[in-house]
Order: sequence, then C-alpha cells, then structure tokens
Amino acid sequence: MIGLGAYLTVAAILFTIGVLGIFLNRRNVILMLMAIELILLAVNINLVAFSAYLGDLTGQVLAMFVLTVAAAEAAIGLAILVIFFRRRGTIAVDAADRMRG
Amino acid sequence: MIATIAFYLFATLTIASAVAVIFARNPVHSVLWLILAFFNAAGLMLLVGAEFIAMLLVIVYVGAVAVLFLFVVMMLDIDFAQLRSGFSRNLPFGIIIALVLLGEIVVAVLAHKAGPVMAGQAIPAAQVPNIVALGQLLYSRYLFAFEIAGLILLVAMVGAIVLTHRSRSDTRTPKASRQLRRRPDQALKLTDPAVGEGMKL
Repeated sequence: MIGLGAYLTVAAILFTIGVLGIFLNRRNVILMLMAIELILLAVNINLVAFSAYLGDLTGQVLAMFVLTVAAAEAAIGLAILVIFFRRRGTIAVDAADRMRG
Repeated sequence: MIATIAFYLFATLTIASAVAVIFARNPVHSVLWLILAFFNAAGLMLLVGAEFIAMLLVIVYVGAVAVLFLFVVMMLDIDFAQLRSGFSRNLPFGIIIALVLLGEIVVAVLAHKAGPVMAGQAIPAAQVPNIVALGQLLYSRYLFAFEIAGLILLVAMVGAIVLTHRSRSDTRTPKASRQLRRRPDQALKLTDPAVGEGMKL
C-alpha cells in the first residue's frame, strides 16, 4: 500500500517543477500561467492525500475550492494577456513597463 | 500490488509531463503535456478514493482551462523563439533554487513523522459513495463557501468578458430604439402619379 509520504513527495516534486518553470520562462506569460497551474495541482494532490490519510472529507472540499479559484485565475489571466497582446503586440513580461514599476 | 504499480506509473508520468511542460519548445506542446499531467494526477487521486475531485480535474482542467490555454496560444501571433532568450541564462540559478526548495519541502515532509501522528488510521470503509458524502458536506457545512465559490466564478466570467470586449466602429449594428421609434407617417408616403409623368423623389 502506498503511504502518505509517497503522495507528498510527488506533490513536492510537482511544486518544485512549477516554481522552476516560473524561474526559467521569465518572459513568457503563458508558460508562467501554466507553471502556476502545476503548482496548484501539487497543492490539490497534497490536500487529497491528507484527506484520505486522515479519513476526513474536508480536504477534498478544500481541493474543490482551489480548483474553482484556479479556473477563475486562468480565465482572468488569459483575458489580461489577450488585451496586453492587443496593445503591445508581444507577451514578454519586460514589455509591461508602462507604469515604471 | 496492482495499486502500487498504478501509483508509480501515474506518479512518473505526472512528473515527466510536468517537466515537459516547462521545457517544451512549442507552447502548443506545453499545453498538451499539461493535459497529460492533469490526466495522470486525476489517476493519482482516483487511487486514494477521491473520485469526485479526479473527475472534476478531468472535466474542469482538461475540458475548460487547458482548452482555454490552447485557444489563446493558437490565437495570438507570438514569436516564441524570441521569448526564450533568457532561458539558458536563468537555468543554473533556477536549478539551484529548485533544488533548495525541494530539499526544504522533503525535510518538512519527513519532519511530520517526528511529531505526534495526528490520526493515521486506515480510511474507513465507504458506506456512502465519495460523491454523495462530498455533496452532503458541501450543501450543509460548507454551503456559504460553496455559494461564494459560485460568485467568484461569476465575477471571473464577467471580468474576462469586460476585459476582452471591444466595441468596434467598423460594424453596422442596428439601433433598436431608433427602429422602434419610427412611425408609419414618417416612413411612408402615398402618391398617385399621372400616366407618363414618373415619380418625383
């Protein structure tokens, strides 16, 4: 039988890959959003694993809310990306310098 | 035995496709690898009995979010080779950061064994199916949070439409109020021209 530790390890590796993806693709916003999806997937795996381990369904309810927020975030992020591309003709992160931030 | 094999298969494929997501040269391939990662993660969740979340992952992520990504990647005309310029420069630093982070998380995972184990009992045999139990919880204890989640989705939908909507000036849309205000005496004129004279406009 697979224990909790195996699930947590998979989620940890997935989380790290997501963070690495944000670091490597510093300019491509689409890949950054995909890396964020990977991170949220790792969080979901953790929640579900703990839910099964503790015999408590609350973790799965929470995973559903994470899923909701992830879907909303992807929709809004891609909408912002589309209007940014329409104005600037590129999606490079360093092109977003209008506010001199 | 078969569960162990399935776990290692799903786990390996999830991690391999996650690596492929961030290293693929073509963003369309990235999205397709992301879909594979979601499918395998759904398999992982099925193995611990979280059927509803697994199905939700397939339906919501693969069916909606990944397709949304695919549409945006294909719709925008982007020079992706130029966007990858800093990739190899960031690689060593990124790998170091990732290894440190992974080490920290693994230490934290191992550390939970040091403390008092919270429950650790086996999963109670399911008297009711996973979806029924989740539904009962969702519509009683977490009803308010559930409603808020629906509201968040509504706000996201309205926000995405408002952000990307543009009123175009080159299309001719009918003005309904003007059409409805028209009366027959403004639009219609009855004439009775004599033979051979023709109409005067």
